[in-house]
Amino acid sequence: MKAKVYVTLKNGVLDPQGAAIMGALHSLGQKAVVDVRQGKFFEIELSGLSKAEAEKSVKEMSEKLLANTVIEQYRIEIEA
Amino acid sequence: MKVGIVVFPGSNCDADCHHVVSAVFGQEARYLWHRETSLGDVDAVIVPGGFSYGDYLRCGAIAKFSPLMTAVKAFAQKGGPVLGICNGFQILTEAGLLPGVLIRNQKLKFICDTVGLSIENARTPFTSRAAKGAVYRMPIAHMEGNYFTSPDGLKKLEDGEQIVFRYVTNPNGSLTDIAGVCNEKGNVVGLMPHPERVCEMMLNGTDGRVVFESLFG
Repeated sequence: MKAKVYVTLKNGVLDPQGAAIMGALHSLGQKAVVDVRQGKFFEIELSGLSKAEAEKSVKEMSEKLLANTVIEQYRIEIEA
Repeated sequence: MKVGIVVFPGSNCDADCHHVVSAVFGQEARYLWHRETSLGDVDAVIVPGGFSYGDYLRCGAIAKFSPLMTAVKAFAQKGGPVLGICNGFQILTEAGLLPGVLIRNQKLKFICDTVGLSIENARTPFTSRAAKGAVYRMPIAHMEGNYFTSPDGLKKLEDGEQIVFRYVTNPNGSLTDIAGVCNEKGNVVGLMPHPERVCEMMLNGTDGRVVFESLFG
């Protein structure tokens, strides 16, 4: 069973790395880019859990470690 | 006084803290390995700087789960003085012992410099010998020193007088120039600059002494 966790910055948190990436995209000629926010992606392989148990566990992992909830939010996808 | 200095894999300012406490101030310094479960009978705890766990995931994110941190939290709950320096400050925010978070420096560069810090709160165990408004010069060396919190979080810090140090000239974009904060009770203090690097004239400065003079009384 695979869990995918997407961790992104909350709105209002300054993202200078995203800004630097946007500058680089503009240098590549991609002038249509108006904003870039950089986030993190985790793939977690689980075994021996039901889908409901997996959701509960991965939520706890996200709250306690994968995301710093002062500045980040997360989204979980579970694939059986 | 007995001071416990927490050591994680990747901590690298532990020896400087040990030197200042023992050789410069003549107090007892003890290293506390992160896997131990007891602080022993220390009177104060320092969480030193460095790159605990290589700053993997986020600075301080993994260190907060070390067995010793449970004992540090209990010590802090009981009012014991705890000082987090640089990575130590990051670890304390991740562990929930201090509010807010330290994010990447605004200009995306690692900053190695000496900065002026003004004392905003002279009532913590680590600033009691300082005068409010006095300026001390201390070195900074960090990539993630940019203090951030929500607007509500900032109001809470201001109302609770929990902002302890501010930069005279903000080097990293931190919110309202915050360089260090304390918890609500005022016994846990974290700061990004390194007072332990400026306690001897031989190292070009003694402005860091006030932090230790305050602790040792």
